[in-house]
Amino acid sequence: MKYLKYIIILFLVSNMNLSFADEQEIKLQNKITKNLRCLICQGQSIYDSDSQFAISLKILVEKKLSEGLSEKEIYEYFENKYGEWILYDPKFNKNTYFLWLLPILMFLLGGAILFKLFIIKKN
Amino acid sequence: MASLIGLYSLFFGLFSSFLIIFFSIKNLRNFLNFDSKILSLTFLQFFFVVVSFLGLIISFINSDFSNETVYNHSHSTKPLFYKISGTWGNHEGSLLLWLLVLTLFLFLFLLKSKEQNKKYRILTLFFQQIIIIGFFIFLLKTSNPFSYIFPTPAEGLGLNPILQDPALAIHPPILYLGYVGSSIIFSSTLAAATLNKINKEWATHIKKWVLLSWIFLTLGILLGSIWAYYELGWGGFWFWDPVENVSLMPWLALTTLLHCLLVLEKRFLLTSWVVILSISTFTLSMCGTFLVRSGILNSVHTFANDPERGLFILIFLFSLIFLSLFIFFFFHKFENKNMNQLFWLSKETSILVNNWFMMYFLTVVLIGTVYPIFLEVISSEKISVGPPFYHKLIIPFLIPFLFMMAIGPKLKWIKSDLLIKKRLIVLFLISFLLSLLLVINLNIDILINSILLTFAFYLFFISLRDFFIKKKLSLSQNFAHFGFSLLILSILFNNILSKEIITNLKVGEIYKSEKFEINFKNIGQAEKKNFKEIIGKFYIKDSEGNIEILNPGLRIYNQPNIVTSEADIKVNLFEDKFITMNYVPNQDYFNIRYQIKPFMIWIWFSVLLITFGGIISVFKKKYEN
Amino acid sequence: MFLKKNMKIKILPLVLVISFLIIFLIFYKGLNNSNIYTPETNLKKDVPNFKTKIFNSEKLIESDEIFENDKFYLVNIWASWCVPCREEHPFLVDLNKKKNLEIVGLNYKDNKKNAKIFLDDLGNPYDIILMDQDGTISIEWGAYGVPETFLIYNKKIIKKIIGPLDLKKVFEINELVK
Repeated sequence: MKYLKYIIILFLVSNMNLSFADEQEIKLQNKITKNLRCLICQGQSIYDSDSQFAISLKILVEKKLSEGLSEKEIYEYFENKYGEWILYDPKFNKNTYFLWLLPILMFLLGGAILFKLFIIKKN
Repeated sequence: MASLIGLYSLFFGLFSSFLIIFFSIKNLRNFLNFDSKILSLTFLQFFFVVVSFLGLIISFINSDFSNETVYNHSHSTKPLFYKISGTWGNHEGSLLLWLLVLTLFLFLFLLKSKEQNKKYRILTLFFQQIIIIGFFIFLLKTSNPFSYIFPTPAEGLGLNPILQDPALAIHPPILYLGYVGSSIIFSSTLAAATLNKINKEWATHIKKWVLLSWIFLTLGILLGSIWAYYELGWGGFWFWDPVENVSLMPWLALTTLLHCLLVLEKRFLLTSWVVILSISTFTLSMCGTFLVRSGILNSVHTFANDPERGLFILIFLFSLIFLSLFIFFFFHKFENKNMNQLFWLSKETSILVNNWFMMYFLTVVLIGTVYPIFLEVISSEKISVGPPFYHKLIIPFLIPFLFMMAIGPKLKWIKSDLLIKKRLIVLFLISFLLSLLLVINLNIDILINSILLTFAFYLFFISLRDFFIKKKLSLSQNFAHFGFSLLILSILFNNILSKEIITNLKVGEIYKSEKFEINFKNIGQAEKKNFKEIIGKFYIKDSEGNIEILNPGLRIYNQPNIVTSEADIKVNLFEDKFITMNYVPNQDYFNIRYQIKPFMIWIWFSVLLITFGGIISVFKKKYEN
Repeated sequence: MFLKKNMKIKILPLVLVISFLIIFLIFYKGLNNSNIYTPETNLKKDVPNFKTKIFNSEKLIESDEIFENDKFYLVNIWASWCVPCREEHPFLVDLNKKKNLEIVGLNYKDNKKNAKIFLDDLGNPYDIILMDQDGTISIEWGAYGVPETFLIYNKKIIKKIIGPLDLKKVFEINELVK
């Protein structure tokens, strides 16, 4: 009887893990499909779109995930097929230095001006 | 006939501009008071544009297909309401709407500024007329809404069914009242800068116009999001699409301007900020018009993809920019930067910090939107800039921003003492503990979201408490800030708690998961005026056994030949149940997407609260007077 | 102090004017660029690896087996419900007459019965027809939809055609297959 109790607990725990893992995988799937652009739509992600292209791509993402590819590898895979513009999260490479750094630069500039305003004052 | 009257009315309207300018110059030169003829002429001009606009509406109602615009965008089987709203749902008609708002605001401004200096009023009129004439020429030369086609086609090409929706019908007029309304702020600021009139009294005078424009712009953006949510079927309400960004940017500039005016009203500070922001708001509006009408960007709702029109707007826009730069550098007298005027712990400083953050957010949105264009021109590489970019750059900065929103209003003008009030700390602790509780219970695994939650709650509690305790309270500011905290909280919860199921179902099939059961009961058909609809009936059972019936549809329109998916959404106070049904080619099953979206109503409501704050501010002055 | 301020004021407007001029030029150039995002149609890519069923049988076949001969292969993605596919079909029937060109059909998200009717009506130019029921194989090829056609030689994609075939495109294929 004691063993039965342990078996039941083990079963429940493993089930919990399983559903948690499932949920995690769906979350990851959603994250990836939200980051892929639907190429035949005008401004929608694969996640949002219900077009044929998007539906096929969703199936493919699921397949690749089950094959064990990592998120990064999946992005590389699609980038290879369709070019960089299928990714909504712009990569950080020589094309996009200004894209990512210019706002930060502006922020620091603003901060510097404010800083100067008050430090000079104090002196 | 209506089109003909409409066309002639446009010419008369343009001609009025020259009359107006003539009499204005005359009035400027003589020493008499403001010539009331000028006011009448601006009303006349507005009247001509109204007649023209009505001419277009009547052409649409009558389905007069000899009018090219009506032919391109309407159809005789369209319901009357959408025939009318189709007037401004296209490029030419929307430009006519631009003219309508431009001339209306000029007239109203002159009407309501009788106590102001004559020179100032006339100069404002000049600058506004430059914009108005520019648009008249743009309209008549490249985007004539009254273009005649012969022979008259028997039927029109129809309006895209996605645009046949009540929210989208009123979204442009409301948005334009904000967007285009900022033109008068632009013109009057340039006038004031030229006359060196940027001071406290002027700030009070211009503030109501800024508020008016801001209120409509906020509502317009809200309506656009609501439309996207209900109509586009993906359950989202903001996608950082270029057209959305293009309405957000003027809003950011306008909000910052509003805060700067609050400072200028009390003290002679931030005058340069005020001038730059006024110019920027309208410039961004026009820049937005350029981006979505020239075909240079690729987005969900770009209007006309016509490079010729794009070129005109581009030149017009940059002419205005160079004009503004000239006036700013030539005329504007930078206030004496007496350093002793700004103490570091004061309300003025907190508003300066606010400016800093808002300008940063504006930069992020601006760069994100136009960078792909620049990159493509310079290096022929094509990239996409989507939500992940904006989220990464904006969300972390929201955290200190929310903190400043909570603390800033508490600081005094000129100088505040460093007495750290106990309640500020207590409320922070409460926010922190509450967030911790939620993080643990809801399995929130993203750190940033958890911290954001804490600070959003902080602003929430502080502003909530202020409603009940504070005596000398600025109601408008409190509503607005409280609304903002509620917005962030609603969006966070919506994001964290949303659930979704996508599956393929045949009629009669049931999908079972541990939390839901979706039963595809049956299918029905309906014939409407301009479409045929297939309606699915779905019984959704949740884990507690409650059943909800949802009826998504597929609409097959006849003209144009498009199939749209109509979501069925059951709204209640705590969550929306959202279902869409999609056609799968050549198969006998449908693709079903069921989503649970918590707190959607709260998102809309919080924006209304923010707007309400602005409305209170408009009427507060009236009440005090 | 006075001089410095004056000089400072003079530099800033100049910088701004120049910056705006540059921005204007960039936007101007951007206007003239085409806005249709087409992917690189010139890359010499390898034929993707895949495994799928042959039309009308349960037999599976690997991509390696399909492209093993020293011939030119034309992979055409088609479907019975696709209107432009009907229009381009005669060109394919015509191209089938070439001795050194094998035409491989990839039937996309289709219904077997309808596909068969399509072929009975318009002719069958395909030496072999593969099934792509869920559309994933087309994505392996980097396609967006139907119809799209790929010219293969030596297991490499030497030309990609988006949209239906027309005289000009058929001419280009003929040139390459010599």
